[in-house]
Amino acid sequence: MRLSMAWLDTLWLQVTGTVCNIACRHCFISCGPKVRKHDYMTVEQCQAALDSAKSEGLRAIWFTGGEPFLHPDILELMDAALEVGPLGVLTNGMLIDDALAAAIGERFRNAPYNLEIRVSLDGCTAEQNDRIRGKGVFDAACAGLRRLAENGVPALVAVSLVDDDAMDQARLVEVLTGLGLERPRIKWIPAFRIGREERRGRGYEAWEMLTPEDVAHPETPHRLQCGTSRTVTSNGVWPCPILINEPDFRLADSLDAALGPHRVDHKACYTCYVEGFSCST
Amino acid sequence: MLDVTSEHRKVALFGGSYNNWKATEAVLADAKRRGCDGVWFLGDVGGFGPHPDRTAEVLRSAELGLVQGNYDDSVGSSREDCACGYTDPRDNHFAQISYDYTLANTHAEHRAWLAAMPASARIRVGEKTVHLCHGSPRQVNEFLWESTTPAGFVEHLCNRYETDLLACTHTGIHWERRLADGRGLVNVGAVGRPANDGRQNVWYAVLEWVDGRVRTELVPLEYDWEAVVAEMRAEGLPEEFVETLATGWWTTCLEILPARERVAGRF
Ligand code: SF4
Ligand code: SF4
Repeated sequence: MRLSMAWLDTLWLQVTGTVCNIACRHCFISCGPKVRKHDYMTVEQCQAALDSAKSEGLRAIWFTGGEPFLHPDILELMDAALEVGPLGVLTNGMLIDDALAAAIGERFRNAPYNLEIRVSLDGCTAEQNDRIRGKGVFDAACAGLRRLAENGVPALVAVSLVDDDAMDQARLVEVLTGLGLERPRIKWIPAFRIGREERRGRGYEAWEMLTPEDVAHPETPHRLQCGTSRTVTSNGVWPCPILINEPDFRLADSLDAALGPHRVDHKACYTCYVEGFSCST
Repeated sequence: MLDVTSEHRKVALFGGSYNNWKATEAVLADAKRRGCDGVWFLGDVGGFGPHPDRTAEVLRSAELGLVQGNYDDSVGSSREDCACGYTDPRDNHFAQISYDYTLANTHAEHRAWLAAMPASARIRVGEKTVHLCHGSPRQVNEFLWESTTPAGFVEHLCNRYETDLLACTHTGIHWERRLADGRGLVNVGAVGRPANDGRQNVWYAVLEWVDGRVRTELVPLEYDWEAVVAEMRAEGLPEEFVETLATGWWTTCLEILPARERVAGRF
């Protein structure tokens, strides 16, 4: 079962592949300090992807990994992307020291297009977050956020709500305000993981697949992020960041060759479809 | 491609009335005063202002071209929400208040008029083609902000829609980007709500054929916002909406702003 893209306007670059400075329990592509399934992308690989996406009508670039700020050439990569369009960087925020925060701030003010730094948290408190992300991660992420705020960068904090931590949302707002984020920008990601885990817990039923009618519906390419985007890693091109560890879903070596219809019969595709899930929201 | 509907020397383009009937009256008068030979409305009659029918009546009694906005489509078809796609609970809360109010207070006859608006139009200004749309030419609710709409994308859209210029609204903040060859995109801003810059005036655009090119002027427009504020209070609309008109700063629906546009505002 294959989906034809509506168009390509969003490019995901897995700039540090599966290499991350931490190893979250829920990481869907199992990243970690020594995981080199997908290695760092070279500046040339990133540039080639940007060039071919540009001719297709690119309007948004996202850097992810792993942890993008591990890349030794990250500033050069950011500059290359920001020449072409607005850039978002998904980060755990831990590696943002004073020098990096200043360099990000300079780009936030002066680059031709918008720069969005998105720091992920899993929960509103250190206790909730660190249970999933590891000891000390909450404080390190907060330190990164404070440095960004000092440099005028209003980072977006993406919080996956765990269990019932609705009660703690006000507390997180206070914490962020205390860090100098005057008007905290928070994206609350609902605890749909619970539903998903439940489903996964009992396994997927045979009927839990997109039907040919779903795939043929004109709205479907807009409902699935793979309907308007592609993901490039050091190893080639995939429809989305979720499936890069699935060799059967690899599309091609280069972006130009990866724009045709792609499979949407992975069990994760059903979750995307039902939950309206996208890595950029 | 669509046929060209009308030809102009000097045309006024505005969008986003958001029920602000006083500003809608003001833009029509201003366009006339400036000698425009045509006026086009780029969609979103309804929104957070008072008395939806008044704006519909102002627009319907004027001679102007129409393009449908996402709000018009939603109200016209009595859908459940405005299709702005907010995810923040606070934004959704306020968006739903204005939408429910607008839907409840829009006469059935106006709803039929909203539903019948075309999704896009093409006009000529001098020798150039201008493609008119609400959000983007390909999606009614696509946001085209200055900081997130790269030149390469503008070029791509101009090629794909075989046009010299594109004109849109939907975001509520005006801006323009021209390519080296003179083609480009203009977001005409909105007349229903100020541009999140601490000033009470609103914005629209005048395109004029001068010296072999289309000159764009983004026009600041003064109107009697105090009268609208009084009506909003009398209607019991949220004070947050009133504050936006009275101060020029957005107080709701902020999540859609890219970081760069967000830091330019107060909230
Ligand atoms: S920070 Fe992100 S990439 Fe790194 S392990 Fe956690 S979820 Fe995976
Ligand atoms: S997992 Fe989601 S984004 Fe990836 S290919 Fe399947 S439907 Fe598309």
